[in-house]
Amino acid sequence: MSAQIPNVQSTDELREKWMKPEVITGSEMLLRSLLLEGVECVFGYPGGAVLYIYDAMHGFDDFKHLLTRHEQGAIHAADGYARASGKVGVCIATSGPGATNLVTGIATAYMDSVPLVVITGNVATTLIGTDAFQEADITGITMPITKHSYLVRDVEDLPRIIHEAFHIANTGRKGPVLIDIPKDVSAAKSLFKPHTEPVMMRGYNPRVMPNKLQLDKLHQAIAEAKRPLILAGGGVVYSGGHEELLKFVETTGIPITTTLLGLGGFPSGHDLWIGMPGMHGTYAANNAIQQSDLLISIGARFDDRVTGKLDGFAPHARIAHIDIDPAEIGKNVKTDIPIVGDVKTVLEMLNIEAGHSSYADEWRTTIAGWKKEKPFRYDDSEEVLKPQWVVEMLNDTTRGEAIVTTDVGQHQMWAAQYYRFNKPRSWVTSGGLGTMGFGFPSAIGAQMANPERLVISINGDGGMQMCAQELAICAINNIPVKVVVMNNQVLGMVRQWQELIYDNRYSHIDLSGSPDFVKLAEAYGVKGLRATNKQEAAAAWQEAMDTPGPVLVEFVVNKHENVYPMVPQGATIDQMLMGDKE
Amino acid sequence: MIPTTLKHTIAVLVNDQPGVLQRVSGLFGRRGFNIESITVGSSEEAGLSRMVIVTTGDENTLEQVEKQLYKIIDVIKVIDLSSRPMVARELALIKVKAEPAERPEIMGVIDTFRAAVVDIGPNSLIVQVVGDTEKIDAMVELLKPYGIRELSRTGATAMIRGNV
Repeated sequence: MSAQIPNVQSTDELREKWMKPEVITGSEMLLRSLLLEGVECVFGYPGGAVLYIYDAMHGFDDFKHLLTRHEQGAIHAADGYARASGKVGVCIATSGPGATNLVTGIATAYMDSVPLVVITGNVATTLIGTDAFQEADITGITMPITKHSYLVRDVEDLPRIIHEAFHIANTGRKGPVLIDIPKDVSAAKSLFKPHTEPVMMRGYNPRVMPNKLQLDKLHQAIAEAKRPLILAGGGVVYSGGHEELLKFVETTGIPITTTLLGLGGFPSGHDLWIGMPGMHGTYAANNAIQQSDLLISIGARFDDRVTGKLDGFAPHARIAHIDIDPAEIGKNVKTDIPIVGDVKTVLEMLNIEAGHSSYADEWRTTIAGWKKEKPFRYDDSEEVLKPQWVVEMLNDTTRGEAIVTTDVGQHQMWAAQYYRFNKPRSWVTSGGLGTMGFGFPSAIGAQMANPERLVISINGDGGMQMCAQELAICAINNIPVKVVVMNNQVLGMVRQWQELIYDNRYSHIDLSGSPDFVKLAEAYGVKGLRATNKQEAAAAWQEAMDTPGPVLVEFVVNKHENVYPMVPQGATIDQMLMGDKE
Repeated sequence: MIPTTLKHTIAVLVNDQPGVLQRVSGLFGRRGFNIESITVGSSEEAGLSRMVIVTTGDENTLEQVEKQLYKIIDVIKVIDLSSRPMVARELALIKVKAEPAERPEIMGVIDTFRAAVVDIGPNSLIVQVVGDTEKIDAMVELLKPYGIRELSRTGATAMIRGNV
């Protein structure tokens, strides 16, 4: 398996070439500055306002540029690259419609704290504000969904701005930063003064080191707790604190639940892991939260899909909240022990004095009982292919070692429930924004960041049609993503809600008449396979894994399957519909 | 316990960058924080502006306002002025209908408030009044019977008293 992945290493020799103080255009400054930030791969789409930038990229191969077929594909790919690597994802689009096509992707990254540097062209500074051709106020449009943004007015500022943007994107609570470059700025020439020194900004000093007093309070609380529980989220993965978390859990013996974005931050095979909490979480995790007397949130933000009805959430628990973003603490849930700091750093410091939670033996037994008694379950069938069975097969055949990206909906929840993650940065999913169309292009980015790993993209038949055009770049660049389409010919999650909450009033969810996915793949030059039963499924999947390039496998699955457990909206999380037959 | 909604005056020191007012006001809008008034002008330091925002909300809301403001990269410092003794002043211009015969009576009101007449027209006056919000409210009430043609208020700007 090998995609055409950049092989450029940032050698001293190359750095010297890139750093050379020469009179160059803004576009060349941009490229050199990106290289100095360690960029290996950029996803983009050209257009009028970025013509100078693309001109500078002509014949340039110091980093790889992937031409997607839609700007949305470019930014989701950059997002997948960032999530699967921990590096900053970069994408480029032109002004106006190019820039506005990025908006969904920017919001997706913002909600899930993914570091991106988003570069847009704009009309020349002299035309800004005149409703010029392909003009859009993209810094204004994206203000609520970016961590920060820049409109570059002077080419002299460009190297500093790029350096700041990378710093802001990938420190503190990570997030997307937009740089809007007017056409005349990308054309203007000036002496290149590279910025590589540490960034000093008065208004931006994320707090990494926690308050020692609060750590002592947490130690004390752990020592006293009879029913302690850890709720770990995406912050564990983003801070690289997974090893520290494992040590903390093993030292304290506290059971742990990981949120949707926290999957992979803790090994799923571990005895103390009790699965995902929330709307489609495990019986064990939801009950444990509701009965805990100490809930330690580590890099999670008490999203409504986790908490359910907020004023009945964890009613008996003291809440300790560890987060890099002070604004998350106390935002949704009243916090007794606030700990602001970098999750990895906090866990390292906690581990120095962490002790075993010695009053919690009975609790551990209770939780182990729940975990054993009510794991995720479904009624398997020999007549129809069950999507849960497909995910279990993917898991078994890859031993949980693949990088899995998903789209949004039922298949996403089944992937979260039945794929058993053991490593961080192996799970790429749009949690906060719930963006359909994300699953497939994000896999392309994840593969570019991890050329040697198996990348599986799990999609529904709805979301697959939102960004299917990127099959082209898989074929052209031989990017060996294994694209799974769980085809139930319906918008499954919407159908599930309409069935359970809207009294079987199925409104506009029928996707029959969608294209033949196998032929669609073949039309793009990607191998397509279809399976309608277990035997075919196993064979098709084996063939997909044995094929060196990209493959699309369509699994025709049961239309009437629901995701369980399910906490209805407005209920507390221990009021789960288990989906058991009466 | 019912959270008590109070008026808060906060000072926000920001980089004097294009779009910074939009960043701050947009944050209030999308997070559902109320803005009663907002004033912006230069500060004691070149390159920095000071905004004074009057907002209402309980303690939790205020805490969120402060924390969310700090997340804006161009925000340098946020101070809850109303947590300490402060001086808050706003200025109002009031164009009041004033036929020559009514003027002496109106002038009486103005003098009592230590306000000033800054323009006299054939049958109107522009009154300038400076003070805290309550004083200006009172002035407006007293001038209403004569007929207010136009009213323009700056919103409060404020500072903590003493050496802080």
